Amino acid sequence: MSILIIADHGNGALKPATLNTVTAAAQLGTELHLLVVGENCAAVAEEAARIEGITKVLLADAPHYARQLAEEVAPLIARIAGDHTHLLAAAGTTGKDLMPRVAALLDVAQISEITAIESPDTFVRPIYAGNVMASYQSADPVKVITVRATAFEAAAVGDKAATVQAVEATAEAGLTQFIEETLTVSERPELTAAKVVISGGRGMGSGENFSLLEELADQMGAAVGASRAAVDAGFVPNDYQVGQTGKVVAPELYVAVGISGAIQHMAGMKDSKIIVAINKDEEAPIFQVADYGIVGDLFEVLPQLSEALKQS
Amino acid sequence: MKIIVCVKRVVDYNIKVRPKADNSGVDIASVKMSMNPFDEIAVEAAVRLKEAGQASEVVAVSMGVAQCQDTLRSALAMGADRALLVETDAELQPLAVAKLAKSIAEREQADLVLLGKQAIDDDCNQTGQMLAALLGCGQASFACDLQVDEDGLTVSREIDGGVQSVRLKLPAVVTTDLRLNEPRYVKLPNIMKAKKKPLERLSPEELNVDVSPRLTLLRASEPPRRQAGIKVADAAELVAKLRNEAKVI
Ligand SMILES: Cc1cc2nc3c(=O)[nH]c(=O)nc-3n(C[C@H](O)[C@H](O)[C@H](O)COP(=O)(O)OP(=O)(O)OC[C@H]3O[C@@H](n4cnc5c(N)ncnc54)[C@H](O)[C@@H]3O)c2cc1C
Ligand SMILES: Nc1ncnc2c1ncn2[C@@H]1O[C@H](COP(=O)(O)O)[C@@H](O)[C@H]1O
Repeated sequence: MSILIIADHGNGALKPATLNTVTAAAQLGTELHLLVVGENCAAVAEEAARIEGITKVLLADAPHYARQLAEEVAPLIARIAGDHTHLLAAAGTTGKDLMPRVAALLDVAQISEITAIESPDTFVRPIYAGNVMASYQSADPVKVITVRATAFEAAAVGDKAATVQAVEATAEAGLTQFIEETLTVSERPELTAAKVVISGGRGMGSGENFSLLEELADQMGAAVGASRAAVDAGFVPNDYQVGQTGKVVAPELYVAVGISGAIQHMAGMKDSKIIVAINKDEEAPIFQVADYGIVGDLFEVLPQLSEALKQS
Repeated sequence: MKIIVCVKRVVDYNIKVRPKADNSGVDIASVKMSMNPFDEIAVEAAVRLKEAGQASEVVAVSMGVAQCQDTLRSALAMGADRALLVETDAELQPLAVAKLAKSIAEREQADLVLLGKQAIDDDCNQTGQMLAALLGCGQASFACDLQVDEDGLTVSREIDGGVQSVRLKLPAVVTTDLRLNEPRYVKLPNIMKAKKKPLERLSPEELNVDVSPRLTLLRASEPPRRQAGIKVADAAELVAKLRNEAKVI
């Protein structure tokens, strides 16, 4: 029996979270198969075949898989699930949309956003916005899992390629139709993969003021994130949101600017290696988790920070 | 168009819960309970469709202990027409909830089922997608915009890179994200009116659904706690610390 990893990818390239998912899978066994579902995604399959630890790549290529809609992909995974003990996907929006549908088709539980593996049937995951770590044992014949990428290292990509085997597509379900996608275009690193993340909150005051953070981000090679309040206020797009119900990040350095530090925000960043907080309220809860804090007006501190980075 | 909206009773989002001292579970005795915030957004979306004349009836459904009636009364006060409680003291996991919801959606011949994207207690983010699988219908998870017309729905979804828009036939399942709407404040007269609206009680047995949990909680523990660090005087000192002490830049 093998373990199946479902690749997270845009038809052109693998998303980095796939590599972290492979590391999680490698703790469960050695026969690791990776499924690439999409349209015209042979290049992705070739890239996937070079991930260390992968013994076989399965490629399902069909027009109705182009957008990887759960309604189309879930029946395919359910069909091949029987050969596997575990099905794993990264806990991005694609995996979160897909894996519960797969689990229900198989009549098994789904285990969301695991952060550790205790044994082949026991998994740790955060609940209540990360205030409790729960260890769950599953009695189901197939374990359907999403993996929190920040909790596992990325698997290496080498030169040795595993075989790529084509898989027959399932019939088109046709329940849902893709219309369009508006993606945030950015030259900066992707939020969940960045080594440095600078996030702004309500204290930024406006979308224009985020340019102060962007300038700093460009100096530091950082990604820009935000609190829910900043997203709700329309300062930045929704996919900037860090937190319990947004993205989870764990960079080397996280800088929270004008963010109070609500439980829901901390759930998405408290595993960062070093946390810096800039806030004018010295009582703000964010200081309770910050390694370094500056109490002050961000509109004064940010330009000084930019200057200090230039000088040294 | 008939709408079902699923509402879960959860620990209020302002409360920071802790594991029990013996790690056997989560300590939620006598804490404030509220409607899951994402479900308030779902109720608001349903009620707006009713008010726009696009929905004929809005039925709020909750599964769990008898006190879920309070949650259902809140949904009725927001504008749902009637409520259903599937009452049980058993622990309900997402697959079981999805099976109960399927049974009710079929019984009610619902055209649209609205759920929250995530319950803020278990943080599972599964039930809606599971329900759609069981009903064999389309799903639009993480909705930030919802438009209904004669032959279906157009939904914008919050995805990792931005926003995706999809078209669904009915029946369909939609799960709500934070930007779909801002739930209304309930006014006192509506709370009074809600007390008179019908609330039916059912059991999982009547619906013929096996709700036994598939996962067993072995241990609930405290996450590693971070120590508060130091305050630095200014940006120059911060940069020096990040460079020489933390070595992250
Ligand atoms: C269901 C649900 C899910 C949620 N999910 C998330 C989530 O995923 N992520 C998330 O972030 N939140 C989430 N929230 C919201 C969360 O509860 C908080 O409301 C939110 O994080 C607050 O954002 P904030 O810190 O930017 O705003 P505020 O709490 O208003 O804090 C603003 C801070 O800026 C400081 N400030 C103001 N002006 C200045 C200045 N000039 N200089 C320096 N400092 C200044 C203030 O002192 C204050 O501390 C969720 C809430 C709910 C109910
Ligand atoms: N016990 C329940 N009663 C009613 N609705 C529920 C229940 N559990 C989950 N739901 C619905 O499913 C959504 C997602 O929950 P979950 O999959 O547990 O994160 C919630 O926002 C609710 O709309």
